[in-house]
Amino acid sequence: MRNVKKWLAVAMVAVMTVSMAAGCGSKSEGEKSSGSDSEVIKIGAIGPVTGAAAVYGQAVKNGAELAVEEINAAGGINGAQVEFKFEDDEHDAEKAVNAYNNLKDWGMQALLGTVTSAPCVAVGEVANQDNMFLLTPSGTAVECVQYDNAFRVCFSDPMQGLESAKYIGENGLASKVAVIYDSSDVYSTGIYEAFVKEAANQDFEVVAAEAFTSESKTDFSVQLQKAKDSGAELVFLPFYYSEASLVLKQAAGMNYNPIFFGCDGMDGILAVEGFDANLANNLMFLSPFTPTSTDEAIQKFVTAFKDKYGDTPNQFAADAYDGIYAMKAAMEKADVKPGMASSDVCDGLKSAMVEIEIDGVTAKGLTWEASGEPSKEPMVVKIENGDYAVVE
Amino acid sequence: MEGYLMVAFCFCTCYNIFQKGKECENYMSFISYLINGISLGSVYAIIALGYTMVYGIAKMLNFAHGDVIMIGAYVVLTVITGAGLPPAAAVLIGIVFCTVLGILIETIAYRPLLNASSSLAVLITAIGVSYLLQNLALLIFGANTKSFTSVVKVPSLVLAGGKLTISGETIVTILSCVVIMTGMQLFIKKTKAGQAMRAVSEDKGAAQLMGVNVNGTIALTFAIGSALAAIAGVLLCSAYPTLTPYTGSMPGIKAFVAAVFGGIGSIPGAMIGGILLGVIEIFGKAYISSQMADAIVFAVLIVVLIVKPTGLLGKNIQEKV
Amino acid sequence: MKNIKKMNKTTKSNLLTYLMVIAIYAVVQILVATGNVSSLLQGLLVPLCAYIILAVSLNLTVGILGELSLGHAGFMCVGAFTSAFFSKCMVDVIPSSGIRFFLALLIGAATAGICGILIGIPVLRLKGDYLAIVTLAFGEIIKNIANILFIGKDSNGLHFSTKDSISLGLEEGGKVIINGPQGITGTPKDSTFTIGVLLILLTLFIVLNLIHSRSGRAIMAIRDNRIAAESVGINITKYKLMAFAISAALAGVAGVMYSHNLATLTATSKNFGYNMSIMILVFVVLGGIGNIRGSIIAAIVLTLLPELLRGLQDYRMLIYAIVMIVMMLFNWAPKAIEMREKLAAKLKAGRKKNTKEAA
Repeated sequence: MRNVKKWLAVAMVAVMTVSMAAGCGSKSEGEKSSGSDSEVIKIGAIGPVTGAAAVYGQAVKNGAELAVEEINAAGGINGAQVEFKFEDDEHDAEKAVNAYNNLKDWGMQALLGTVTSAPCVAVGEVANQDNMFLLTPSGTAVECVQYDNAFRVCFSDPMQGLESAKYIGENGLASKVAVIYDSSDVYSTGIYEAFVKEAANQDFEVVAAEAFTSESKTDFSVQLQKAKDSGAELVFLPFYYSEASLVLKQAAGMNYNPIFFGCDGMDGILAVEGFDANLANNLMFLSPFTPTSTDEAIQKFVTAFKDKYGDTPNQFAADAYDGIYAMKAAMEKADVKPGMASSDVCDGLKSAMVEIEIDGVTAKGLTWEASGEPSKEPMVVKIENGDYAVVE
Repeated sequence: MEGYLMVAFCFCTCYNIFQKGKECENYMSFISYLINGISLGSVYAIIALGYTMVYGIAKMLNFAHGDVIMIGAYVVLTVITGAGLPPAAAVLIGIVFCTVLGILIETIAYRPLLNASSSLAVLITAIGVSYLLQNLALLIFGANTKSFTSVVKVPSLVLAGGKLTISGETIVTILSCVVIMTGMQLFIKKTKAGQAMRAVSEDKGAAQLMGVNVNGTIALTFAIGSALAAIAGVLLCSAYPTLTPYTGSMPGIKAFVAAVFGGIGSIPGAMIGGILLGVIEIFGKAYISSQMADAIVFAVLIVVLIVKPTGLLGKNIQEKV
Repeated sequence: MKNIKKMNKTTKSNLLTYLMVIAIYAVVQILVATGNVSSLLQGLLVPLCAYIILAVSLNLTVGILGELSLGHAGFMCVGAFTSAFFSKCMVDVIPSSGIRFFLALLIGAATAGICGILIGIPVLRLKGDYLAIVTLAFGEIIKNIANILFIGKDSNGLHFSTKDSISLGLEEGGKVIINGPQGITGTPKDSTFTIGVLLILLTLFIVLNLIHSRSGRAIMAIRDNRIAAESVGINITKYKLMAFAISAALAGVAGVMYSHNLATLTATSKNFGYNMSIMILVFVVLGGIGNIRGSIIAAIVLTLLPELLRGLQDYRMLIYAIVMIVMMLFNWAPKAIEMREKLAAKLKAGRKKNTKEAA
């Protein structure tokens, strides 16, 4: 019986390896010949659609797919239809590189992604070697766009920390500020550090800085108690809304009502199913995107998104939506054609990216610098009476 | 008996500290940390109870337990928001659902492996079941965070002139923890089915010879464990109202640690282990370092196990030659 | 006479294992040379080597020493971080990637081995599931520490902090090497498939030789009956520690491979936490506890499986979970084994019949 098992195992490995090699072998042949006859522009995307970060990946996937559909319905890019493929990376650097390689086998010409920071840095390295164009909708770490082939749609971590500290200081929101942050998360720590650095120049004092980790993010009573004991009038929360909703609930439970101030990760808190919006009253956060804005483009996007997926889009979906449209603009400028080698596409897009200007849902007159950073102004959004309101 | 004494001791200590606290302002936050710790610990304790029971009888670590909790919470939430039933009915439906699920998992995935040549086989299958439940939930309910509507309608308790608030959820969690533990202890000690469980846990073969339905008893254990998981899910999500397909996995691991901490297989041990773990976690965060909270919890666990290698209340089994 | 026959059998089995690795290597190299390998598979080659080393090294603890360890990824984490730190610091000093990687390997293996000894001393006093949980605890502690570690370098030397990179107090121009949760970015990509296969062969050499040496027999005697082993004068602590430390050092080697393959190194529960430890354990159990060749095959199958299932989109991980459960049931359930035995007997009978008929 051991023999049966052994042979079965060996056979399985053999079949897998061969199918993998062969499957792709034929594909790479196909690629070579498809140079002239394929009719579509291939855009790939990578992000977590399973695992603990799945919510961000799925938002990006939905937002990007919506944009691709609209573009295709309107005639595509340079007369060619767009084919879009999204690969899962489970929020893991190694899986992200696998996903990237898989997309390369598929014949990807430009990459939207990855969604989260650490995988994005790993993919960025490989993409730079391949000279593949990379536009991350939401990779906020500085290193995500360290190479000249990489651009991003969202704000960077340091910029958010800096702008938040400036806003709080310049508007005199508080004199004592507490920070709660996720010390196991790149995004959260990045903002926290920039915030504390800038706070030294501003007219307020950081009286408490308390961390939590992804392993213990259910109970925030200690962090809140410490903030309360330190007399903080404002609590800065640079992390995502799912944890923030717990913080707000627990703060209300202990009768602690400071001003809460968040970053773009806070966006979407009102869309949490079953969340008591009253808890979020007077919550302020930096955001490039508000689904309730009266702006025509935003309303069009929000309605289309709701019709298709049934929920309100968050900032990740909006960034992805803008990312696809930015690629479209750049591809039109660089005159990208189906079947063009990805390296040529990249060279074209690199120079086109700094020339385009698009009116997206996350900003009007959005432009890019050669460093890869977008130039857009963060807005401060305040939740009033259970709804978003932009603070001028 | 030892267990009850220890619980009583814990409460006495708490009471004493509380009395002293009245005199001093600084104690106020200490007390509130303590209460939060006990509340968090009670949730761990109920989850750990499921772990410990299954371990005691089937000698397996059911890694999917945390995910049954998550499924339970989703079912209750769906019934409340979807069908609009009152919370009590929804909780009942959740319990029934999880019980059936537990029995199904046991029959399909675990039972064929209970007599396998290595006990690790069933552990790995449990991990597979855990992945399966998480991904099923991801497909059915989506990745979006859902906010759980608390099923607890008890008002919060305001003490010491508003300086200290104990939420209704905390009170209910602690109370249900005590009730469940006492109930389980009575069930195991006094009923026929409980006796059968003890017999199976002592010696499977001998129990079978004495006419105990071993497979039935194991299925019953899984049923009870899963029902407890549903309750734990509701309490966990009432106290900390977010729900994602991965909500159960971390509390599951923590509860597993708690069960080992208290001596795996022992019901009072699970209770004490759970509560101590919660309190240590909160105190570690409050007084040592909030970044190191997990490391502190695990370090305490290591120290305890090195001093007392079978956990706080675990039985020390003499090795025979 | 009998002894020689037996010896031959084990040597044959060992040789088969080496040959299998070399054959796979040769096939892959030929495929790569003829351009028949997809980028996906090419990208997977180095991680595959790392996972194989991990699976073989954990099999030493689980299969040969007979102790369940749930913290194996912790040792991998130690190896990965120390070696990546070294390479990042030395990238300008030692320009030759070969020498640098060799030194990184030594450092990674040594620190992981030392950690193995330090952790092994208290842990190995425990038994069964208690031991398992303590290894899990150590693994989590290592991960937690890696997440709050900040190390920077400027002209005054190295600066350490466990709070944030600001409190490092770096002067202008100093750079942060280990940046807390962001870990180490920009590790040179020094590990290659060839080095990986060489390391696998080295690992196999160490493990297989250990198993068939005097020490190995002592270790297995402890696994089978501790008290009996003690009574014949085997030094329990020494041999247990030896197996545990070697296993840890090899995990460190895998960590070095892992960290020098990706440009970013972060400690999440996915790559260095209990999730990874459990994943490695799955390789070992699925491949057969104590069966080194099985571990290699299981590591290959289970690493390729989720990648091959990419076509299934959203159902990928669901199918993966189901396949895992089914494989476990097929491989381990007494009833399935019985069924397989019957099938094998039938096949054998059938084959004999055929040959007879042919004759």
